[in-house]
Amino acid sequence: MISLSGVVAQFTELVLAVLLAPLLTGWVNQCRAWLQNKSAPPLLQPYRMLAKLFQKEVVLAHNASPLFRAAPYLIFGCLCTAAAIVPTLGTDLPLNAAADAIALVGLLALARLFTALAGMDVGTAFGSLGARREMLVGFLAEPALLMVLFTASLISNSTSLATIAETLAHKEFVIHPSLAFAGIAFTMVSLAENARIPVDNPATHLELTMIHEAMVLEYSGRHLAMIEWAVSLKLFVYSCIGLVLFLPFGIAGGGDWLGLVLALPALLAKLAAGGALLALIEMLSAKMRIFRAPEFLGTAFLLAVLAVLVHVLLER
Amino acid sequence: MLATPLHDVLAAVCAWLAIGALGLLRVGSIGWATRILYPAGAIVGLGLAAIALRAIFEPAASMVLPLGLPDLPLHARLDALSAFFLLLLGAVSAGVSVYAGGYFRQTQGTPPGLICLYFHVFLASMALVMVADDAYFFMLAWETMALSSFFLVTCDHDQAEIRRAGYLYLLIAHLGAITILLCFGALLAGAGDYTFEHMRSLQPSAAWATAAFLLALLGFGAKAGIVPLHVWLPEAHPAAPSPVSALLSAVMLKTAIYGLIRVTLDLIGSPLWWWGVIALTLGLVSALGGIVFAAVQTDMKRLLAYSSIENVGLIFAGFGLTLIFHGFGMGALAALALTATLYHCLNHAFYKSLLFLCTGSVLHATRERSLGRLGGLIHRMPWVAWCALIGTIAIAGLPPSNGFASEWLLLQAFLFTPGLPHGYLNMLVPVAAAAVALTAALSGYVMVKFFGVVFLGQHREARLVEAHEAGIWERAGLAWLAAACLFLGLVPATVIGLLEPITRTLTGYGIGNLAQGWLFIAPISAERASYSPLLVFVVTALLVVAAWLLVRAFYHGRVRRAAPWGCGFPNQDARMQDSAEGFGQPVRQVFEPFFRLEQHAPAPDDARPRYSESAEDHLWYWLYLPVARGVERLTALVTLLQRGRISVYLAYSFATLLALLLFVR
Repeated sequence: MISLSGVVAQFTELVLAVLLAPLLTGWVNQCRAWLQNKSAPPLLQPYRMLAKLFQKEVVLAHNASPLFRAAPYLIFGCLCTAAAIVPTLGTDLPLNAAADAIALVGLLALARLFTALAGMDVGTAFGSLGARREMLVGFLAEPALLMVLFTASLISNSTSLATIAETLAHKEFVIHPSLAFAGIAFTMVSLAENARIPVDNPATHLELTMIHEAMVLEYSGRHLAMIEWAVSLKLFVYSCIGLVLFLPFGIAGGGDWLGLVLALPALLAKLAAGGALLALIEMLSAKMRIFRAPEFLGTAFLLAVLAVLVHVLLER
Repeated sequence: MLATPLHDVLAAVCAWLAIGALGLLRVGSIGWATRILYPAGAIVGLGLAAIALRAIFEPAASMVLPLGLPDLPLHARLDALSAFFLLLLGAVSAGVSVYAGGYFRQTQGTPPGLICLYFHVFLASMALVMVADDAYFFMLAWETMALSSFFLVTCDHDQAEIRRAGYLYLLIAHLGAITILLCFGALLAGAGDYTFEHMRSLQPSAAWATAAFLLALLGFGAKAGIVPLHVWLPEAHPAAPSPVSALLSAVMLKTAIYGLIRVTLDLIGSPLWWWGVIALTLGLVSALGGIVFAAVQTDMKRLLAYSSIENVGLIFAGFGLTLIFHGFGMGALAALALTATLYHCLNHAFYKSLLFLCTGSVLHATRERSLGRLGGLIHRMPWVAWCALIGTIAIAGLPPSNGFASEWLLLQAFLFTPGLPHGYLNMLVPVAAAAVALTAALSGYVMVKFFGVVFLGQHREARLVEAHEAGIWERAGLAWLAAACLFLGLVPATVIGLLEPITRTLTGYGIGNLAQGWLFIAPISAERASYSPLLVFVVTALLVVAAWLLVRAFYHGRVRRAAPWGCGFPNQDARMQDSAEGFGQPVRQVFEPFFRLEQHAPAPDDARPRYSESAEDHLWYWLYLPVARGVERLTALVTLLQRGRISVYLAYSFATLLALLLFVR
C-alpha cells in the first residue's frame, strides 16, 4: 500500500519544509524592505539569526517550569507534522492517511496552545497578555480556517488534503464562486495566524501592541531559535495550504518521479510569488487596534461560512 | 441457573449497596470509609466495567426481579446500549472511588459514613437506571439517583449557599422527573403494562410519539443541563465535594443521554427527522452558550460546570444529527453520528472527571476555588498539573487526545449532510458545523485560561508556597483517568468497535467494519477521510525528540537562571499577571449580548478604588425569576384559603362533601 515514491516524497517534503521555511521568511522580509525603499537584509539572514541564537546561552527565569523548556520543541514538532501532511511536491504521502484537513487544524491549534501556555508560564504581565490575545485571535481564526477547508472538502468529497489537491488540480476547469469567498477568508486568517499586519506586526518591539512577540519575550538562546524556526514553519505551512487550495497545479501524483522533480521549481516559483504578495499586503495596510481584530476575524469567519453555503446552494 | 452478565451486574449493584450500608457501621470514622470502603467500591467499579465490556458483544438478556409491588415486579434488561453506559459508569467510578479514598479527610457537615452510604447508593442507582426495563423500575432508580445525589451535593450543609444550590438542583431534578413520567404515560398508550417490552411493541401515532419525544427531551434535558434548564449545573457542581462533582458531571449527565437515546431510538423506534432539528438547535445553543459562559468564570469548578453544559450540547447536537439521518432513512450516516455522540459521552466522562478531581486536589492543597488567588501550582503539585494538562488537551479537542477523535467523527458526520433530501436542512447544516467549530476553538481558549491561571505563572497569594502535592490515593485516581484519556484517544478504532453492536441494534448499521484495522479509522470510506492518532502521535513525538537530540548534539546546553525580564519596568509582582477576569475580557467583549453585565468602576478621585464586574445569565431574569414570581403569586392565593380556624376548615369539608354528593352519584 505504501509505495517507495510515497516514502521518498514524504521524507523530501518534510526536510524541504524544515530547511526552506526560514528562506521564505527571509524572502518576505526582503520584499518588504524593497517596497519600503530600504536596503534589504540578505536573503539568508534568518539562517544567520538562528545560528546566532543556537550559539547563545539560555537565560531562564527563576520560576520557569519544565513545560516552559519543553514547549519550543513541542511547538516545533507539531508544526513539522503539520508541514508533513500538506502536499507540496507530490500527493502520494503516507502520512496523509493518518491526518486529514481537520487534524491539520488540530495540530496547528495544539502548537498554539503550547505557545500560549509557555507565554503564561513565567508569569509576567506581558506574557499572559500576549497569551490572551493570541487565544483571542485563535478562537476566531481556527473555525474560519476549518470552514475554508470544509469548502474544499465538499468540492472534492474528501477531507484528505492529498485528494483535495488532486481533485482541484486535475478536474476540468470550473469556476467555483465558493472558492473565491474561501480565498478571501483564507488570506485574512493567514495574516492573523502568522502575526502579520494588519493584526500583529512581526517587526514590532513596542510592548503594548505585541501579540506573538509578547508571548515569547522570556525565551532566549536555543529555545528562541526553535520558536523562531517554528514561526517560519507556520508561515510555510499556511502558504502551502493556500497553494493546495487555490493553486494546486504542478503537484505530482503517485509514482510520478519526473513530476516530483519538476514540482520543486514550481513550488519555489509559487512560494516566491506568494511571499511577494504577502509583503505587498503588509505594505498596503495599516496595523489595526487589537479591539478591531475580532471584527476583522469575524468577517473572515462569516466569509468562510458563506463559502460553504454558496457551495451547498449553487454548486451542487 | 447459569450466571449471565445481567446477574453479575446486579451482584455488583448489591455489592455497592452493601458497601454503602457498611459505612453506617462506623459513621464517624474517616479511616474506615476511606481506607476500606472506597477502595472496595473502586474494585466493584472495575469489576462492573469488565462485566459490561463483555456484555456489549452478547445478545440482550432480560429477567424479572423478585422485587417490587404486588402485581408489579421489576424488570431488568442488559443490552449493548446499557452495557456501554455501565462500562462508562464502572470505569470512571473506579478512578473516582480510589481518589475519594484519599479525598475525604475532614468533613464539616455530613459524617463520613453517611457520605459513603450516599456515594455508593448513588453509584448503584445509576447502574439500576441503565438496566431498568420497565417505567416503574426506571423511575424508582431515577429518583433514588436524584435524592442520593442531592444529599451528596449538600454535604457541607452548614453553608447557606450550598443549601440554596441543593434546593435548586432538587427542584429542577423533579421538574425533569415529572416530564419523564408523563413521557412514559404517553408511551403506554392507555394500557396498564409498564414494561419497556410493551412500549417497544407499540407503534404510537405521530402525534403521540412527538408528544413523548418532546417530554423526554425536556425531562432528560433538565438532567443533562441543556439550555434553558441548565441553571442548576453551575450551582450544584461547585457546591458538591470534588469526587461528587466528578460523578455528577461525568456519569449522571450521561444517564440523561442514555435515557434520551433509550426512549427515542429504542422505545419510540421510528423518530421523525424534524425532532433532530430541535435537538440539534438546542444542543448548539447550549454548546455555544456554555462555553462562552465558561470563559468568563472566575471559580474553577463553575468554569468546568459550564464546560459540561458545552459538552452536553455537543452530545445533543450529535444526537440531533443522528435523528435527522435516521428520519430520512440514511442508516449508515445515522450510525456515524450516533458513534460520534456515544464516543463523545465516553470521552467527556473521563476528561471531565479528571479535571474535577484535579480541582479537588488544588482545593485541598490551597483551600481556594477562585482562580484569582491561585497560580504557579505546577511547581508545588507537578503530578496534578501534568494530569490536568492531559485533561486540558483532551477537553480542548486537540489531537491526539480522545476529545479530538470524537469531534473529528462529529465533523465528518456534518460534512456528509449535503446529501440530505431537504433543501433548507442542507443550508442549515453548514451553519451548524460552523457553530461546532467555533465551540471547539473557544474551548481551547477556556482551557488555556483554566490551566494557565491555576498551574502556571507566579503564585498570586504568598501562602500558595505551602501548597502540597496530592496524596498517593488521589494520584492513583488521577493517573487512571489520565491514562484512559490517552488510551481512548490513541485507539479510536477499538472504541468504534465497541460501539458497533449499539449502532447496529439502534440504526441497523455499524461503522466498525469500515475502520481499517486497529490503526486507522475511516468512516464511510478511506478515500473520503481517514485518521490515525497513534501514527500522528508517534511521528510528532519522534520529531520532537529528534529536534531535541539534534540541538543537544550540535550546541551547548548551558542555562543561566535570572529574574524574569520586566520590559524595563522594575516593580513587577504576581498581581500584575493576567487575572481570570482579565483573561475572560475579550470573550466578554466579543459576545457581549450573551451576558447581563454589571460594572462598578471607581471614580477618578477615589481614595480606595475598587473595580467590580459581574456577567450574569439573562435567562435568570427572563425566565426563572418571572416564573418564580408567578408561583409565589399563585401560592399567595392559596393562603386566602388558610384561615387557621378549625371551623373554616370544617366548612370546607362540608362543602366538598355536599359537592361530591351532588355531582358523583
